[in-house]
Amino acid sequence: MHDLRELYEEVILDHNRSPRNFGRRPAECNRTAHGHNPLCGDQVEVSMTFRGGVIEDISFSGEGCAISTASASLMTQALKGRSGEEAQSLFDAMHAVLVNDEPPDLERLGKLGALLGVKDFPMRVKCATLPWHTMGAALAGRDTPVTTE
Amino acid sequence: MSTPPRTGEAGPAFDVEAIRADFPALHQEVKGRPLAYLDNGATSQKPRAVIEALRDYYEQDNSNVHRGVHTLSERATAAYEGTREKVRSFLNAADSREIVFARGTTEAINLVANSFVRPRLGEGDEIVISHMEHHSNIVPWQLLCEQTGAKLRVVPIDDDGVLEIDEYLAMLGPRTRFVSMTHVANSLGTVNPVREIIEAAHAEGAPVMLDAAQSVPHIATDVQALGCDFLAFSAHKVLGPTGIGVLHGKMEHLEAMAPWQAGGDMILAVTFEKTTWNAVPYRFEAGTPNIADTIAMGVGLDYLRGLGLDRVAAFEHDLLAYATERLGAIPGVRIFGNAPDKSSILSFAIEGVHAHDVGTILDSEGVAVRTGHHCTMPVMARFEVPAMARASLAFYNTRADIDALAGGVEKVREVFRLNR
Repeated sequence: MHDLRELYEEVILDHNRSPRNFGRRPAECNRTAHGHNPLCGDQVEVSMTFRGGVIEDISFSGEGCAISTASASLMTQALKGRSGEEAQSLFDAMHAVLVNDEPPDLERLGKLGALLGVKDFPMRVKCATLPWHTMGAALAGRDTPVTTE
Repeated sequence: MSTPPRTGEAGPAFDVEAIRADFPALHQEVKGRPLAYLDNGATSQKPRAVIEALRDYYEQDNSNVHRGVHTLSERATAAYEGTREKVRSFLNAADSREIVFARGTTEAINLVANSFVRPRLGEGDEIVISHMEHHSNIVPWQLLCEQTGAKLRVVPIDDDGVLEIDEYLAMLGPRTRFVSMTHVANSLGTVNPVREIIEAAHAEGAPVMLDAAQSVPHIATDVQALGCDFLAFSAHKVLGPTGIGVLHGKMEHLEAMAPWQAGGDMILAVTFEKTTWNAVPYRFEAGTPNIADTIAMGVGLDYLRGLGLDRVAAFEHDLLAYATERLGAIPGVRIFGNAPDKSSILSFAIEGVHAHDVGTILDSEGVAVRTGHHCTMPVMARFEVPAMARASLAFYNTRADIDALAGGVEKVREVFRLNR
């Protein structure tokens, strides 16, 4: 139960219930990518206005579990206004913590730290990383669908 | 209970605790809770007799079949071919040569699609399936239609998950070349009226294949009474090992079919000019077969017969009713599939919670269910959900397992603060 409480902590539930930057694509959106985990059915679209090397605006849509929805929601909050390099660097940091099991830099992750509970649920890590990989594809201008399965 | 009770009308009462003692995997804790294994639609657990049959084969009889003249090969061949007779008897087939061993239901369907249907199919011809099929009974036909210009017709289902039989009857016609239909729907539990389906298709001259993967473990299957032309099931869903299954085909059809895969064992004589195919069923079993798993499959079928499928069905029916009542009473739970004739499967969603979150929380309570689209994405689309959670029952499940499931669902509501 302890692990479960960490997985579904308040921030996750909140962002699942009321996802931020959800639904509409940003005005003047110029980068979009799709993520799809066909086995579990999670689908996400990440769209951004990327100008002068900066993510001016970012949003997501789709349907998925609480973990993927909250991860996408927290991600958009964390990345709005960041440079492409900063976004990539934060993505790398999340990946290192969730997939490679490296110790987290909690100060740097900020609210994203709420996603760390997923580490104890190996089958669910792919849910948390899907929006991030999709964001990475959007940033790189790749239009082939992303999967983390 | 090392020997299952013999079948019979006046058999002993269904002693589920004694039966559970035969299934080693059931006796473990998951996340500190006793395991409630409710994912039998994905694969069943195995009785000790099946596990021992695998070990005994490799320890005592291991050798290749159909070739050696030595003692071990004789024993292996006798056990392997003896299983063909066991399966014949289990399905009440007319002839053991009608039993073809395949890797599973999927391979059996692909074999029929390629060897039987393909040569009989032309542009504008039609293959009929239903909206509740598993992907493995959709995609092979889709491929075939793409390649031949034939058309795939899909019989709709209603809001209860029941086949719209009038639509089916109206769909049949002179262009219908083949009907392939599930006996029991894996994501909805619907039991299809297969006798009626088969008779109507035959009236139009169309042969019928039954996907019996979900019915064979739960419903007594008599292929002669059904009149089906082909029937397929997988051993691992019916107490046996993975990687082996059965295709039953009417002799007249099998005799008329060319091989699908070629190699050793499926030939009579090979020269570089011409190869003569072996007789049915060996024609369809190229290469060294999956001997140990085939033999163990037969042991699993013996076990099930020993329990008596009628008693199994009655027990599971009672348990399904209890599970439906328990889950149905929890606020926010939506049950998918409310067919009057239903078998062993209870798919559901909890309002506001994705099925994967349900699966993770149930697992934390020791309850194993399947979550996702269950290889039936058209069913998900029909009911407008991305995924479902599915509890699927077996004769070794108890009311305590169902209570654990209901408790787990309450836990989901608690974690997601749905009780407020």
